[in-house]
Amino acid sequence: MTIAPTSDRQPQDTLTGSQWRAALPWLIAFALLLALPFVFRSSSAITVMNQMAITVIFALSYNMLLGQGGMLSFGHAVYMGLGGFFAVHVMNTLLVPLPLLPLFGGLFGLIFAIIVGAFSTRRAGTVFAMISLGVGELVAASSIIIVSFFGGEAGVKGDRTEAPAFLGINFASQTQVYYLIAAWMFLSALAMYLFTRTPAGRMANAVRDNEERAEFLGYSQRTVRFMSFCAAGFFAGIAGALIAINFEILTEENLNLTSSGVILLVTFLGGVGFFIGPIVGAVAFTLLQSVLSLQTDLWQLYVGLLFLLAVMFFPGGLTGVLAMHGPAWRHGKLGLLTVPYLKLTAVVVTGILAAACFLEILFHVRHASVGENTMRLFKLTIDTHAVWPWLATGGVALICLALANRLAPDVKAAWDAANLPAKGSARR
Amino acid sequence: MSIPAVELTGVHKSFGKAKIICGVDLSVAPGERHAIIGPNGAGKSTLFNLITGRFAPTQGTIRLHGEEIQGRPPYEINRRGLSRSFQITNIFPQLSVFENVRCALLWPMGLRYSFWHLVSGQSELNARADDILERINLAGRRNVPAGLLAYAEQRALEIGITIAGGAEVIMLDEPTAGMSHSETDAIVALIRQVTEGKTLIMVEHDMGVVFNLADRISVLVYGQIVASDTPEAVRANAKVQEAYLGAALEAAE
Repeated sequence: MTIAPTSDRQPQDTLTGSQWRAALPWLIAFALLLALPFVFRSSSAITVMNQMAITVIFALSYNMLLGQGGMLSFGHAVYMGLGGFFAVHVMNTLLVPLPLLPLFGGLFGLIFAIIVGAFSTRRAGTVFAMISLGVGELVAASSIIIVSFFGGEAGVKGDRTEAPAFLGINFASQTQVYYLIAAWMFLSALAMYLFTRTPAGRMANAVRDNEERAEFLGYSQRTVRFMSFCAAGFFAGIAGALIAINFEILTEENLNLTSSGVILLVTFLGGVGFFIGPIVGAVAFTLLQSVLSLQTDLWQLYVGLLFLLAVMFFPGGLTGVLAMHGPAWRHGKLGLLTVPYLKLTAVVVTGILAAACFLEILFHVRHASVGENTMRLFKLTIDTHAVWPWLATGGVALICLALANRLAPDVKAAWDAANLPAKGSARR
Repeated sequence: MSIPAVELTGVHKSFGKAKIICGVDLSVAPGERHAIIGPNGAGKSTLFNLITGRFAPTQGTIRLHGEEIQGRPPYEINRRGLSRSFQITNIFPQLSVFENVRCALLWPMGLRYSFWHLVSGQSELNARADDILERINLAGRRNVPAGLLAYAEQRALEIGITIAGGAEVIMLDEPTAGMSHSETDAIVALIRQVTEGKTLIMVEHDMGVVFNLADRISVLVYGQIVASDTPEAVRANAKVQEAYLGAALEAAE
């Protein structure tokens, strides 16, 4: 009962309203990607954007497993790293034009995903998670042993400008690299989105929800998972090749368990329940990482705390928090939340800053060289061995905590009011 | 006589030392509505799970339209034209009602594991899914996540998913479990309508439903079938009354 190909072609000549609506976010994203280097011109900004785009691909590919397929992987960086190492070797042959390199990374990631997926996708849950952890550890260990491929601790270096020129472009400038990465990100994201709309992608959701029922509808849960797993490996490999192009070096860090853990964190922070979640997560995380890491040595602590808070209070991630406001927005009652939110935000931000200052002072006392008793905090010079900075920061943090506690019922009440449908449109 | 739709010969099933099914022979003709009844713990659900491939029998053969299917995985049995529902509602809770039904249509409509078709472009697929929603009276709840439906609605969806693919043999495991009287009447009417011209095998506790729907009834007691006959004959069977039915029949009247 296949549908004749002609009936598929017909609507392409004239796009209907719903098709325009589906295409609109992609058109906006396309325009945005084109325009960004004109807005953020500094080379450090472009560095951040390149990293962001690579993380977006990697996080989206990870969410094919976690959010779409219900597979919790602790070793997804393996496919990115292996794709990257392979790509850097291909780059060093000087035979392949740079824009085609990600295809090689993707293929290598795919091949390795086929091998591992063949035995790891039989079940989801703990078994899958443990196998992914084991494979991650295995590959990370081999990366130190198999020096000819992984280059040992020094990694494998390349030089992208030596690759054959593509339409006269040699990718010596950062902006050229940006457009290359942005193009691959756009294509990959679009392909991963379209995958979710195919029978294989729909059944990945079904198997995630209820693997047993899917089997009674004609689908082998293992095959459905295997297909998502392979696709995820392919796109992770593309991200790896883009690392090879962007940084011109691949090391063990690109495939170890830390990288695998970070991408889980990024994806979860963005929200696994929505396609756009990992994109939000990757953008937010990269920004946080590049901004915070310049300001403080403790940035990983703050990111860790943020992750903890997200897991405990916002399991839907950043996107989930935004989506929660959908009903209130549709009822036209979002305005009710503005004032309580502003109050709470002011208190929470002050509290977080105070707590962060407290931690920074603590860190300074523990780690500064002997005799160095002053530090700079927000343009203030502070004597860390005096009592008052401790009292002030700790006190403000505690007061803000108490205030936030006091404000919570107001926010809750406003939330309930905003989510109550207007009279006349009530359902249920 | 034509080939039976479902035929069990000498089927045994043990879990460790516990013998749950001890030599069941059963034959269901195409187009027949067949009910399996019996006291709690008689092995009705196990028998269901054996036929549908959830478990493999320890011994014996199970044939679907003459072809041996015992020990095959559920998805292969389903592809041969047998579809089942579950006693405990077994749907895709995070997917919309429409998506639930559409997932049940993908394989029968030949889309298989395709990653080069977009489901939105399959107009016949979507039309058929909407048609099923009309038939199970859930068109108004089309875009609601299935997990948020009321219990009776979930039971209707369960049946909708089961029949969507157009399987020849439909197996329903206690379709009216936990329903009120009016809900039961509605679901019985629905079952009657959607299984028109198909082979139906059902496990059911509600004797009203059984005697209302079934062409033939098999009585399972301690893993053995003690009677398999028309409703009237089963009602009159002394062995059945002795084993189980008397008390249940009185309760139904």
